[in-house]
Amino acid sequence: MRFIRYVLGLLLLAQASVAGAVLNIEIIGAGEHQIPIAIVPLGGDSKLAQTINEVVTGDLQRSGLFRLVDPTGKSPHELAEVSYADWQVRGAEALAIGTVAVQANNRIEARFRLLDVVKQTGLVGQVVSASEGQVRAVGHRIADLIYERLTGDKGVFSTRIAYVNRQEQRYRLIVADSDGYNEQIVLTHSEPIMSPSWSPDGSHLAYVSFETRHAAVYVQSLYTNQRMVVADFRGSNSAPAWSPDGKQLAVVLTRDGSSQIYLIRPDGSGLRRITFSGAIDTEPNFSPDGQYLLFTSDRGGSPQIYRMPLDGGLEQRLTFGEGNNFSPRHSPDGKSFVFAHLISGKFYVAVQDFQTGQMSLLTEGGWEKKPSFAPNGKIILFASEARGRGILATVSSDGRVKQHMFTQSGDAREPVWGPNF
Amino acid sequence: MKKLIISIVLVNLLVACASEKPKETVAAPEPVAAPAPAPEPKAEAPVAAPAAPVRAEVDPLNDPNSILAKRSVYYPFDVAAVQDEDKPTVQAHARYLSEHANRKVRLEGNCDERGSNEYNLGLGQRRADGVKKMLELGGANAGQSESVSYGEEKPRAKGHDEASWKQNRRTDLIYAR
Repeated sequence: MRFIRYVLGLLLLAQASVAGAVLNIEIIGAGEHQIPIAIVPLGGDSKLAQTINEVVTGDLQRSGLFRLVDPTGKSPHELAEVSYADWQVRGAEALAIGTVAVQANNRIEARFRLLDVVKQTGLVGQVVSASEGQVRAVGHRIADLIYERLTGDKGVFSTRIAYVNRQEQRYRLIVADSDGYNEQIVLTHSEPIMSPSWSPDGSHLAYVSFETRHAAVYVQSLYTNQRMVVADFRGSNSAPAWSPDGKQLAVVLTRDGSSQIYLIRPDGSGLRRITFSGAIDTEPNFSPDGQYLLFTSDRGGSPQIYRMPLDGGLEQRLTFGEGNNFSPRHSPDGKSFVFAHLISGKFYVAVQDFQTGQMSLLTEGGWEKKPSFAPNGKIILFASEARGRGILATVSSDGRVKQHMFTQSGDAREPVWGPNF
Repeated sequence: MKKLIISIVLVNLLVACASEKPKETVAAPEPVAAPAPAPEPKAEAPVAAPAAPVRAEVDPLNDPNSILAKRSVYYPFDVAAVQDEDKPTVQAHARYLSEHANRKVRLEGNCDERGSNEYNLGLGQRRADGVKKMLELGGANAGQSESVSYGEEKPRAKGHDEASWKQNRRTDLIYAR
C-alpha cells in the first residue's frame, strides 16, 4: 500500500484568532452500530502527535459512530510493527497508525495508515501536510479519511461553521472549525449581527448587521476581509441566502411594504422581487439544484414553511397541523428539509421528507433554533440553550447522537454550517 | 427654593387639567401660561412667582405628565396592530408631530423570542410600520418618522416567560434631540 499525498490548502483567514477560546463539549447518546477502532498516537514529534490524537479521537467520538479501543501498551507506527492479533484481542476492527514530523520548510507532515484488523489489510495510506500552526487541520483531515473509509459517507470534520457570539452589548461574527475550535473573528460591533450565510465556495459570508441602526445586508470576503453593502434600503434588509452557483442572493426587504423576498447579485445589482403576498415572507433557502426556494410565511395566518419554484410556478404550503414553523433549510441531497418547530412554548429541531410529507422531531425541545445540515447531511447544527446560556448544539440526522458545545463566554446564536471546499 | 417647587407643582396641575379635556383634543395640552421659572430648573433668575407672568412655550414632550411621556406601545403575541388602549398615545404623538414640523421620531419595533430571528425582524418592522402609518394618518409628515425593527435582538427583559415577553413586544418612539 502506498501513501497518497494530500496537502492541506487551507488559506489562512485574515482575522485574528481568539486567544485561548477553549470549548467544553458534551456528548449525549450513541449511534446504533459503533465501529470499534484503535487510534495509536502518531510517532515522531510527540507534542504534535498529542494534539493530532486529541483532534482525531474527539472528531470520531462526537460523530457517535465509533467506539474508541484503548491502545495502551502497544504503539506500532509502521506497518511492519503491527501485530493484528494484539488488536483482535482488544476487539478493534480498525487500527490507525503513523508518524508526524516537522519538515525543513516548517511544514507539518503526517504519514498515516488505516488498517482493517479483521481482514488484516491496509485501507488508506496517506501523507497529510499543512503549514505550521495548522496542526488541528491535519487531525481533522485524518479523522475525515477514517470516517469516509469506514462509514462510506463524506467526512465533515475539516469544514467550518459560522455563528454570532453575543456578550452584553458586544456582537461578534465568528468562523470556527466544525468542532468549535480555532475561532476567528470576522466582525465585532456594539449593534446586533444576524443571519450569517456561506457562499457556496466558502470564500465569503453574507450577513445582517445593524451598524447603521437598521438591518442591512453585507457580503464580506473571509480572505481579504473586504466587504460591501448588498442591500441597504429603508426599513429592514435581511435573511441573505446564496444560490448554489453563487451568482445570486435571495434577500428579504421591506422597502415596498411587508417583508418580501427578492433576488439580488452579490454586488448589489439586478434587484428583482419574487414574492407578492403582503404577508411576512422570509428565510429563503435555495434547493441544491437551484430550482426552488423554501421560505417561512405567515400568509395563512401563522408562520409556516412554503416552497416556490423559481421559474414562476405555484407556491405550495408544506407544513400543517398544530404549532408554528420557521427557518427551513434543504438537506444536501434535496430530499428533505430541517426547520424549527414551535409548539406549546418550546422549539424543536424537526425534519420533513418532501415525498411523504412526514415530519419528525429530532430533539426533546427547548430553545432550539436555526438548524442547518452539515454538507454530508448526517449532522444538524443548531442554536440551543443550557445553563442559562446560548450554546451551539448538534444532533445526528437520525436523532441518536447529540452534543452541546459551550463557548468560553457569552451567548452563541445564529449558527450555520459551512460548505465543503 | 420652596417657591420654585410650588410653582412647578402648579404647572403640573395646570397640565393635568389640560389633558383631562374631552377626548377629541386628546393630545394637545395647550401652551400653558407658566410662572417665571419654566420647566428647566435653571431658567432665568427665580423672580417672585406671581409677579408679571411670562407666557412661555412649554414643550409638552418634556412634560412627564403629558400623554406624550408614553413612548412605547405594546402588543399581544404575533400581532402587529396598535391596540385600542395605545391608540390615544399614538394619536397624541401624531398631533404633536403635526404641530412641530421640525421634530423627528424613530420607531423601533421589537418582539418576544417566540419566533425565528428573521420572522421576528419582519414582525417588528410590521409593528413599527403600523405606528408610522397611524402617525401619518394623524397629521405627521412621512419624513418625520422612520420605522426600523430589531426583531428579538434587543429584549428589554430576558426571562423565558410572559412577564418578560410582554415587555419585549413593543414599538418604541424615540425622538431625535
